[in-house]
Amino acid sequence: MPTAAELKTRIEAAIPGASAEVESPDDVHFTARVVSESFAGMSRVQQHQLVYGVFDGELGSSIHALSLKTETP
Amino acid sequence: MSETTSNPIRDAIAGAIAENPVILFMKGTPEQPMCGFSARTVAALQALDTPFAAVDILPDPRIRQELSALSGWPTIPQLFVDGELVGGADIVAEMYESGELAEALHAEQPSDAPAAAPAGADPAPAPLGIENRLS
Repeated sequence: MPTAAELKTRIEAAIPGASAEVESPDDVHFTARVVSESFAGMSRVQQHQLVYGVFDGELGSSIHALSLKTETP
Repeated sequence: MSETTSNPIRDAIAGAIAENPVILFMKGTPEQPMCGFSARTVAALQALDTPFAAVDILPDPRIRQELSALSGWPTIPQLFVDGELVGGADIVAEMYESGELAEALHAEQPSDAPAAAPAGADPAPAPLGIENRLS
């Protein structure tokens, strides 16, 4: 079972310059706010796809839901 | 512009996206959403009085599988406007709150719009339905 801390670590490791805040009441539903320079020039869809890509295959299974907010610094 | 293929479900999905200027793939129906994220997205569209087509992905797991393969988006709901993926529940809520959704839909942002996206509790008039040929 993934934890919020684990998701934070994985997002920050996978996306250059990213800083993530991740919360979860139950280790199944997650809310994340991710700030990264890498998002500059990307559409919101592309920004979210970048984060979703970190958890390829886990969304909808071990990670039931990941609510996302992405920003550039 | 049909091409020969062995994937009728993916073709039907692509066709539905091409034919409907505003189309939402969701869990359940606009009248009876089966998931809070889908309900919130429906509520945002209804608050803008936008007619939209809706496809319930629940009847056949292949719909979701093919949709995600096509869009590169892993979760449901997924909103498409003019053939382009606009986003899922979070992006739609964010765009509703900023007025960008009304702009993308060529709709009027209601002047009495709540600051936050609607919760999706109120039943609203039935949106334009499309025949669900995907199940």
